Amino acid sequence: MTLERRKTVATLLADRDDGLLVVTGLGSATYDAAAAGDDPRNFYLWGAMGGCLMVALGLALAQPGRRVLAITGDGETLMGLGSLATIGVQSPANLSIVVLDNGRYGETGMQESHTALGVDLCAAARSCGMARVFEIHDEAGVARLVRELQTGTGTLFARAIIAADDPPRVLPSRDGVYLKTRLRHAIGCDEP
Amino acid sequence: MNAESVSPVDWPLDIHRVLEAAGIRQVSYVPDAGHAGLIRACQATPSMRTVKLTTEEEGVALAAGAWLGGQRSALLMQSSGVGNCVNMLSLVTACRFPLLTIVTMRGEWAEFNPWQVPMGTIVEPVLRLCNVLTYRVDRAEEAGETVQAAADLAFGGDLAVAVLLSQRLIGRKQWVHG
Repeated sequence: MTLERRKTVATLLADRDDGLLVVTGLGSATYDAAAAGDDPRNFYLWGAMGGCLMVALGLALAQPGRRVLAITGDGETLMGLGSLATIGVQSPANLSIVVLDNGRYGETGMQESHTALGVDLCAAARSCGMARVFEIHDEAGVARLVRELQTGTGTLFARAIIAADDPPRVLPSRDGVYLKTRLRHAIGCDEP
Repeated sequence: MNAESVSPVDWPLDIHRVLEAAGIRQVSYVPDAGHAGLIRACQATPSMRTVKLTTEEEGVALAAGAWLGGQRSALLMQSSGVGNCVNMLSLVTACRFPLLTIVTMRGEWAEFNPWQVPMGTIVEPVLRLCNVLTYRVDRAEEAGETVQAAADLAFGGDLAVAVLLSQRLIGRKQWVHG
Protein backbone atom coordinates (compact mmCIF):
# COMPACT_ATOMS: atom_id res chain seq x y z
CA MET A 1 0.00 0.00 0.00
CA THR A 2 1.30 3.43 -0.89
CA LEU A 3 0.29 7.05 -0.42
CA GLU A 4 -0.50 9.65 -3.05
CA ARG A 5 2.17 12.33 -2.70
CA ARG A 6 0.08 15.43 -3.47
CA LYS A 7 -2.70 14.43 -1.12
CA THR A 8 -0.24 13.52 1.63
CA VAL A 9 1.60 16.85 1.48
CA ALA A 10 -1.68 18.77 1.23
CA THR A 11 -2.89 17.01 4.38
CA LEU A 12 0.35 17.80 6.24
CA LEU A 13 0.07 21.48 5.35
CA ALA A 14 -3.71 21.89 5.79
CA ASP A 15 -4.63 24.23 8.66
CA ARG A 16 -0.96 24.91 9.21
CA ASP A 17 0.08 26.59 12.39
CA ASP A 18 1.20 30.22 11.89
CA GLY A 19 4.63 29.34 13.20
CA LEU A 20 5.34 26.44 10.86
CA LEU A 21 8.20 26.97 8.41
CA VAL A 22 8.68 24.60 5.47
CA VAL A 23 11.82 23.81 3.46
CA THR A 24 11.46 21.59 0.38
CA GLY A 25 14.00 19.59 -1.57
CA LEU A 26 14.38 20.21 -5.28
CA GLY A 27 12.08 18.54 -7.75
CA SER A 28 8.81 16.87 -6.85
CA ALA A 29 8.81 17.84 -3.15
CA THR A 30 8.94 21.50 -4.18
CA TYR A 31 6.04 20.97 -6.62
CA ASP A 32 4.02 19.11 -3.97
CA ALA A 33 4.34 21.95 -1.46
CA ALA A 34 3.50 24.53 -4.13
CA ALA A 35 0.45 22.50 -5.15
CA ALA A 36 -0.74 22.57 -1.54
CA GLY A 37 -0.71 26.39 -1.73
CA ASP A 38 2.14 28.85 -2.03
CA ASP A 39 3.09 30.52 1.24
CA PRO A 40 5.80 33.02 2.21
CA ARG A 41 6.79 30.66 5.02
CA ASN A 42 7.85 28.07 2.42
CA PHE A 43 11.42 28.00 1.17
CA TYR A 44 11.68 25.94 -2.00
CA LEU A 45 14.99 24.56 -3.18
CA TRP A 46 15.39 24.40 -6.96
CA GLY A 47 18.92 23.00 -6.82
CA ALA A 48 21.63 22.43 -4.20
CA MET A 49 20.73 18.73 -4.12
CA GLY A 50 21.51 17.21 -0.74
CA GLY A 51 21.08 20.54 1.05
CA CYS A 52 17.43 20.51 2.11
CA LEU A 53 17.91 18.95 5.55
CA MET A 54 20.83 21.21 6.45
CA VAL A 55 18.97 24.37 5.40
CA ALA A 56 16.15 23.17 7.64
CA LEU A 57 18.59 22.52 10.50
CA GLY A 58 20.07 26.03 10.29
CA LEU A 59 16.55 27.49 10.28
CA ALA A 60 15.42 25.29 13.19
CA LEU A 61 18.42 26.28 15.31
CA ALA A 62 17.85 29.97 14.52
CA GLN A 63 14.11 29.79 15.28
CA PRO A 64 13.72 27.50 18.30
CA GLY A 65 10.25 28.88 19.00
CA ARG A 66 8.85 27.68 15.67
CA ARG A 67 8.45 24.27 14.12
CA VAL A 68 10.43 23.60 10.96
CA LEU A 69 9.35 20.92 8.50
CA ALA A 70 11.67 19.62 5.78
CA ILE A 71 9.88 17.83 2.95
CA THR A 72 12.12 16.11 0.45
CA GLY A 73 12.60 12.97 -1.60
CA ASP A 74 14.63 9.80 -1.22
CA GLY A 75 17.21 10.81 -3.82
CA GLU A 76 17.78 14.21 -2.25
CA THR A 77 18.12 12.62 1.18
CA LEU A 78 20.60 10.04 -0.11
CA MET A 79 22.82 12.76 -1.58
CA GLY A 80 23.09 14.41 1.84
CA LEU A 81 23.01 11.26 3.96
CA GLY A 82 25.73 12.59 6.27
CA SER A 83 23.27 15.32 7.28
CA LEU A 84 21.35 12.68 9.24
CA ALA A 85 24.42 12.20 11.45
CA THR A 86 24.89 15.96 11.84
CA ILE A 87 21.22 16.47 12.72
CA GLY A 88 21.22 13.50 15.08
CA VAL A 89 24.06 15.05 17.06
CA GLN A 90 22.27 18.42 17.24
CA SER A 91 18.82 16.90 17.92
CA PRO A 92 16.75 20.06 17.57
CA ALA A 93 13.36 19.48 19.22
CA ASN A 94 11.57 21.65 16.62
CA LEU A 95 12.77 19.94 13.42
CA SER A 96 10.70 17.41 11.51
CA ILE A 97 11.79 15.63 8.35
CA VAL A 98 9.38 13.95 5.97
CA VAL A 99 10.95 11.95 3.16
CA LEU A 100 8.58 11.17 0.30
CA ASP A 101 10.04 7.86 -0.76
CA ASN A 102 9.04 6.35 -4.09
CA GLY A 103 12.39 4.66 -4.63
CA ARG A 104 12.85 6.72 -7.78
CA TYR A 105 14.71 9.71 -9.17
CA GLY A 106 11.58 11.42 -10.47
CA GLU A 107 13.21 14.42 -12.09
CA THR A 108 15.51 12.41 -14.34
CA GLY A 109 13.19 9.71 -15.63
CA MET A 110 12.13 7.58 -12.66
CA GLN A 111 15.30 5.54 -12.38
CA GLU A 112 15.52 3.39 -9.23
CA SER A 113 17.17 4.90 -6.17
CA HIS A 114 19.04 3.03 -3.47
CA THR A 115 15.87 2.81 -1.36
CA ALA A 116 14.33 0.64 -4.08
CA LEU A 117 17.36 -1.62 -3.73
CA GLY A 118 17.25 -2.27 0.00
CA VAL A 119 18.61 0.86 1.68
CA ASP A 120 16.49 1.68 4.75
CA LEU A 121 16.33 5.41 5.50
CA CYS A 122 14.45 4.89 8.78
CA ALA A 123 17.18 2.58 10.03
CA ALA A 124 19.75 5.24 9.07
CA ALA A 125 17.79 7.96 10.90
CA ARG A 126 17.40 5.74 13.96
CA SER A 127 21.09 4.88 14.06
CA CYS A 128 21.89 8.61 13.81
CA GLY A 129 19.91 9.23 16.99
CA MET A 130 16.69 10.86 15.78
CA ALA A 131 14.15 10.91 18.59
CA ARG A 132 11.04 9.90 16.63
CA VAL A 133 11.35 7.69 13.58
CA PHE A 134 8.54 5.93 11.79
CA GLU A 135 7.22 4.85 8.43
CA ILE A 136 3.78 5.59 7.03
CA HIS A 137 1.97 4.06 4.08
CA ASP A 138 -1.75 4.65 4.69
CA GLU A 139 -4.27 7.23 5.90
CA ALA A 140 -3.89 6.18 9.53
CA GLY A 141 -0.16 6.81 9.20
CA VAL A 142 -0.77 10.26 7.73
CA ALA A 143 -3.09 11.07 10.64
CA ARG A 144 -0.39 9.96 13.09
CA LEU A 145 2.18 12.09 11.29
CA VAL A 146 -0.08 15.15 11.46
CA ARG A 147 -0.49 14.62 15.22
CA GLU A 148 3.24 14.18 15.73
CA LEU A 149 4.01 17.29 13.65
CA GLN A 150 1.62 19.42 15.68
CA THR A 151 2.13 18.16 19.20
CA GLY A 152 5.21 16.02 19.51
CA THR A 153 8.66 17.07 20.54
CA GLY A 154 12.10 15.82 19.54
CA THR A 155 13.57 15.52 16.06
CA LEU A 156 11.14 13.64 13.85
CA PHE A 157 12.01 11.55 10.80
CA ALA A 158 9.15 10.04 8.85
CA ARG A 159 9.42 8.01 5.68
CA ALA A 160 6.23 8.30 3.66
CA ILE A 161 5.99 5.47 1.17
CA ILE A 162 4.44 7.04 -1.91
CA ALA A 163 3.36 5.73 -5.29
CA ALA A 164 5.94 5.98 -8.08
CA ASP A 165 3.84 8.32 -10.19
CA ASP A 166 4.63 11.67 -11.75
CA PRO A 167 1.84 14.20 -11.14
CA PRO A 168 1.74 17.40 -13.21
CA ARG A 169 4.32 19.94 -12.12
CA VAL A 170 3.19 22.93 -10.08
CA LEU A 171 5.96 25.46 -10.27
CA PRO A 172 6.49 28.09 -7.56
CA SER A 173 8.86 31.02 -8.02
CA ARG A 174 12.43 30.15 -8.98
CA ASP A 175 13.70 33.54 -7.78
CA GLY A 176 15.90 32.59 -4.83
CA VAL A 177 16.39 36.14 -3.61
CA TYR A 178 12.62 36.65 -3.54
CA LEU A 179 11.99 33.36 -1.73
CA LYS A 180 14.66 34.22 0.86
CA THR A 181 13.48 37.77 1.43
CA ARG A 182 9.80 36.99 1.73
CA LEU A 183 10.41 34.27 4.31
CA ARG A 184 12.56 36.64 6.39
CA HIS A 185 9.83 39.29 6.10
CA ALA A 186 7.14 36.78 7.05
CA ILE A 187 8.85 35.89 10.31
CA GLY A 188 10.08 39.40 11.09
CA CYS A 189 13.78 38.70 11.15
CA ASP A 190 14.96 41.34 8.69
CA GLU A 191 18.04 43.11 9.91
CA PRO A 192 17.71 46.88 10.26
CA MET B 1 53.98 24.48 17.50
CA ASN B 2 57.46 24.83 16.05
CA ALA B 3 59.59 27.95 16.49
CA GLU B 4 58.67 29.25 13.06
CA SER B 5 55.00 29.64 13.92
CA VAL B 6 55.45 31.08 17.39
CA SER B 7 53.91 34.50 17.42
CA PRO B 8 53.11 37.03 20.11
CA VAL B 9 49.68 37.36 18.47
CA ASP B 10 47.14 34.66 19.39
CA TRP B 11 45.35 34.80 16.07
CA PRO B 12 42.72 32.10 16.78
CA LEU B 13 41.53 34.09 19.78
CA ASP B 14 41.60 37.31 17.74
CA ILE B 15 39.33 35.65 15.18
CA HIS B 16 37.08 34.36 17.94
CA ARG B 17 36.68 37.84 19.40
CA VAL B 18 35.73 39.19 15.98
CA LEU B 19 33.18 36.41 15.38
CA GLU B 20 31.61 36.96 18.77
CA ALA B 21 31.43 40.74 18.28
CA ALA B 22 29.94 40.23 14.81
CA GLY B 23 27.06 38.29 16.35
CA ILE B 24 27.88 34.91 14.84
CA ARG B 25 25.46 32.42 16.41
CA GLN B 26 26.07 29.20 14.48
CA VAL B 27 29.62 27.99 13.91
CA SER B 28 29.95 24.88 11.76
CA TYR B 29 33.13 22.94 11.18
CA VAL B 30 34.78 19.73 10.13
CA PRO B 31 37.42 19.01 12.78
CA ASP B 32 40.75 20.49 11.72
CA ALA B 33 44.10 20.90 13.47
CA GLY B 34 44.60 24.44 12.19
CA HIS B 35 41.19 25.54 13.47
CA ALA B 36 41.41 23.58 16.75
CA GLY B 37 41.98 26.60 18.98
CA LEU B 38 39.21 28.62 17.35
CA ILE B 39 36.79 25.69 17.52
CA ARG B 40 37.50 25.21 21.24
CA ALA B 41 36.94 28.92 21.88
CA CYS B 42 33.62 28.84 20.01
CA GLN B 43 32.50 25.73 21.91
CA ALA B 44 33.15 27.61 25.15
CA THR B 45 31.04 30.60 24.05
CA PRO B 46 27.41 30.43 25.27
CA SER B 47 26.06 32.65 22.46
CA MET B 48 27.49 30.31 19.80
CA ARG B 49 26.03 26.99 18.70
CA THR B 50 28.77 24.79 17.25
CA VAL B 51 27.71 22.28 14.62
CA LYS B 52 30.05 19.43 13.74
CA LEU B 53 29.66 18.50 10.06
CA THR B 54 30.34 15.29 8.17
CA THR B 55 31.29 17.28 5.05
CA GLU B 56 31.83 20.97 4.45
CA GLU B 57 28.95 21.46 2.01
CA GLU B 58 26.58 20.84 4.91
CA GLY B 59 27.90 24.04 6.47
CA VAL B 60 27.05 26.07 3.37
CA ALA B 61 23.43 24.91 3.55
CA LEU B 62 23.35 25.39 7.33
CA ALA B 63 24.50 29.01 6.93
CA ALA B 64 21.70 29.62 4.43
CA GLY B 65 19.11 28.22 6.83
CA ALA B 66 20.52 30.22 9.73
CA TRP B 67 20.22 33.42 7.71
CA LEU B 68 16.63 32.59 6.74
CA GLY B 69 15.95 32.42 10.45
CA GLY B 70 17.74 35.67 11.26
CA GLN B 71 21.06 34.33 12.52
CA ARG B 72 24.61 34.73 11.30
CA SER B 73 26.76 31.66 10.75
CA ALA B 74 30.44 31.03 10.07
CA LEU B 75 31.88 27.94 8.39
CA LEU B 76 35.36 26.74 9.42
CA MET B 77 37.15 24.33 7.12
CA GLN B 78 40.40 23.15 5.66
CA SER B 79 41.31 23.87 2.03
CA SER B 80 40.41 20.32 0.94
CA GLY B 81 36.84 21.07 2.02
CA VAL B 82 36.46 23.84 -0.54
CA GLY B 83 36.16 21.23 -3.28
CA ASN B 84 33.33 19.56 -1.37
CA CYS B 85 31.31 22.80 -1.40
CA VAL B 86 31.19 23.61 -5.11
CA ASN B 87 27.62 22.67 -6.03
CA MET B 88 26.18 23.78 -2.68
CA LEU B 89 27.61 27.26 -3.30
CA SER B 90 25.01 27.60 -6.08
CA LEU B 91 22.48 28.01 -3.25
CA VAL B 92 24.42 31.01 -1.98
CA THR B 93 24.67 32.63 -5.41
CA ALA B 94 21.10 31.88 -6.51
CA CYS B 95 19.58 33.33 -3.33
CA ARG B 96 22.29 35.90 -2.56
CA PHE B 97 22.86 34.52 0.92
CA PRO B 98 25.70 35.98 2.96
CA LEU B 99 28.45 33.44 3.63
CA LEU B 100 31.49 33.80 5.86
CA THR B 101 33.98 30.96 5.72
CA ILE B 102 37.46 30.72 7.20
CA VAL B 103 39.74 28.27 5.45
CA THR B 104 43.02 26.88 6.79
CA MET B 105 45.33 26.23 3.87
CA ARG B 106 47.17 23.01 3.09
CA GLY B 107 49.22 22.15 0.07
CA GLU B 108 51.43 25.20 0.12
CA TRP B 109 54.11 26.34 2.63
CA ALA B 110 56.20 23.37 3.83
CA GLU B 111 53.52 20.85 2.89
CA PHE B 112 54.79 17.31 3.45
CA ASN B 113 51.83 15.48 1.88
CA PRO B 114 51.58 15.70 -1.92
CA TRP B 115 47.92 14.62 -1.76
CA GLN B 116 47.07 18.01 -0.25
CA VAL B 117 48.62 19.93 -3.13
CA PRO B 118 46.09 19.40 -5.97
CA MET B 119 43.19 20.95 -4.03
CA GLY B 120 45.28 23.41 -2.02
CA THR B 121 46.68 25.06 -5.12
CA ILE B 122 43.28 25.63 -6.76
CA VAL B 123 41.34 26.92 -3.74
CA GLU B 124 41.41 30.57 -4.78
CA PRO B 125 40.40 30.13 -8.44
CA VAL B 126 37.69 27.61 -7.46
CA LEU B 127 36.21 29.99 -4.90
CA ARG B 128 36.29 32.88 -7.37
CA LEU B 129 34.57 30.78 -10.01
CA CYS B 130 31.87 30.11 -7.40
CA ASN B 131 31.41 33.85 -6.76
CA VAL B 132 33.16 33.72 -3.39
CA LEU B 133 35.46 36.67 -2.64
CA THR B 134 38.80 35.71 -1.09
CA TYR B 135 40.98 37.47 1.46
CA ARG B 136 44.32 35.94 2.36
CA VAL B 137 46.07 36.15 5.72
CA ASP B 138 49.83 35.51 5.88
CA ARG B 139 50.68 37.31 9.13
CA ALA B 140 49.13 36.63 12.54
CA GLU B 141 48.47 40.27 13.32
CA GLU B 142 46.27 40.58 10.21
CA ALA B 143 43.93 37.71 11.05
CA GLY B 144 41.43 39.54 13.25
CA GLU B 145 41.05 42.61 11.08
CA THR B 146 40.77 40.53 7.93
CA VAL B 147 37.97 38.39 9.37
CA GLN B 148 36.29 41.60 10.54
CA ALA B 149 36.45 43.03 7.03
CA ALA B 150 35.13 39.78 5.58
CA ALA B 151 32.23 39.65 8.06
CA ASP B 152 31.29 43.26 7.29
CA LEU B 153 31.30 42.53 3.57
CA ALA B 154 29.41 39.24 3.85
CA PHE B 155 26.62 40.31 6.19
CA GLY B 156 26.45 43.94 5.09
CA GLY B 157 26.43 43.17 1.39
CA ASP B 158 24.84 39.71 1.14
CA LEU B 159 28.03 38.34 -0.35
CA ALA B 160 30.08 35.17 0.03
CA VAL B 161 33.54 35.80 1.46
CA ALA B 162 36.32 33.37 2.33
CA VAL B 163 39.30 34.20 4.52
CA LEU B 164 42.24 31.96 3.65
CA LEU B 165 44.67 31.41 6.52
CA SER B 166 47.97 30.55 4.88
CA GLN B 167 49.88 27.45 5.80
CA ARG B 168 52.83 29.62 6.75
CA LEU B 169 50.67 31.32 9.37
CA ILE B 170 49.36 28.04 10.75
CA GLY B 171 52.75 26.32 10.82
CA ARG B 172 53.95 22.91 9.84
CA LYS B 173 51.62 20.07 10.65
CA GLN B 174 52.45 18.52 13.99
CA TRP B 175 51.66 14.87 14.52
CA VAL B 176 49.74 15.44 17.72
CA HIS B 177 46.04 15.54 18.37
CA GLY B 178 44.69 19.07 18.12
